[in-house]
Amino acid sequence: MEEDDVQRAVRRIAHEIVERNKGAAELVLVGIRTRGVPLSNRIATAIREIEGVEVPVGRLDITLYRDDLHTLEQPVVRETYLPPDIDGRQVVIVDDVLFTGRSVRAAMDAIIDFGRPASIQLAVLVDRGHRELPIRADYVGKNVPTSREEEVKVALREVDGEDGVFIGYQG
Amino acid sequence: MAVKGHLLDVDDLRREDLERILETARSFSEVLRRPIKKVPSLRGKTVVNLFYEPSTRTRLSFEVAAKRLSADVLNFTASASSVEKGESLKDTALTLRAMGVDAVIIRHPVAGAPCLLRRWLDVTVINAGDGMHAHPTQALLDLFTMRERLGDMEGATIAYVGDILHSRVARSGMKACRAAGMRVVAVAPPTLMPPAVPDYVEVSHSFDAVIPRCDVIYMLRIQKERQQEARFPSLEEYARLYQLDKERLRKAKPGVVVMHPGPMNRGVEISSEVADAPHAAITAQVSAGVAVRMAVLFLLLGGGEGGGVLA
Repeated sequence: MEEDDVQRAVRRIAHEIVERNKGAAELVLVGIRTRGVPLSNRIATAIREIEGVEVPVGRLDITLYRDDLHTLEQPVVRETYLPPDIDGRQVVIVDDVLFTGRSVRAAMDAIIDFGRPASIQLAVLVDRGHRELPIRADYVGKNVPTSREEEVKVALREVDGEDGVFIGYQG
Repeated sequence: MAVKGHLLDVDDLRREDLERILETARSFSEVLRRPIKKVPSLRGKTVVNLFYEPSTRTRLSFEVAAKRLSADVLNFTASASSVEKGESLKDTALTLRAMGVDAVIIRHPVAGAPCLLRRWLDVTVINAGDGMHAHPTQALLDLFTMRERLGDMEGATIAYVGDILHSRVARSGMKACRAAGMRVVAVAPPTLMPPAVPDYVEVSHSFDAVIPRCDVIYMLRIQKERQQEARFPSLEEYARLYQLDKERLRKAKPGVVVMHPGPMNRGVEISSEVADAPHAAITAQVSAGVAVRMAVLFLLLGGGEGGGVLA
């Protein structure tokens, strides 16, 4: 995916989110650190252009909820911010790549510690398959079939200085 | 065998470790404001509070910190008098090892006890205060509190005032402040000043002379027994020269931060009005204690093999 493709995917996801939730009034977007955060901001901007509504955006660090903490050498815990009172809202988790589904599981556990949303949905820029948990995305920018050994890297201007999706081999 | 990290004193920490602990603690202070103040990060780990000396806030603070991280906590309290030094500490250590605990948090009246424990055990050891030697988590939470109040601490001046001689809080705190780039002044009557202080510490016997240039004034607790040791003629005499009261506070910088490790002797080292003044960060220190201890436990126990910051 090139820069324009990324932007188009973001706009389409924004449209689908608004359509599915019949507007944006009850929405809360939550980006998973690191690259889910700029993505969630972009989706919020697109929703503002479509609906004229300012959607609250949160950012989530899932380190404390990971199931592989014991394998990490130097876990880094970054700030989490969730908009106050997510009870009864439609919460959309935003991440760059959906792979095993374990990050999403951790994010759902974290969000539930903050309150009881009416629903939790999932938006990702890239779905690369190989799920290890019964989790699927509600909004997908692009399905990218990969082998398990391949590495999918999403670059975003806010973090990496450019937009794009790159596929390579590990090592 | 896993190489585990320890925290015995502040000098075990490199500057980047210090930064990392403070940053992580800031993330945990957010966790402590959530509706559900518990995260699953140390699920399945067991932490022992091994306290050979009375302590309320440090023990509770470690207990809360460990529980917020979902660790199991065992509390072992022994009065120092009923426990023989040396051999019996070793037996306790071996018992704990046999039970398969992951970390031991120890407070002991004898300096060096945590160090001995580390030699006998292959688990994480955290010093919660040993004799007159060190109290590293107190130093870290003090640094955290100062940073929240002052922002950049480089070049700021802190005065430790009172019983420097017997104070592990001052001993560890001075090292931490030094590592953060602060200027350190020790203020005490000659009888409560250690015979030697590190060369970065400026020594003064006049509180009044030092007050105007302080960004942080750190009052230390005066133990009333010290009077029986004839360290000073009377508490009133001590208070006249070294108590932080309204008059003295007036001579300080407007934004000065007043700190105290607790428990306070109101009316001895600090007057009641000053303890309750907006300058005082004393309750902030207590809140910081939980976040900082969570950070320490998480960084020492949360990673993989050899994962601790101090590994």
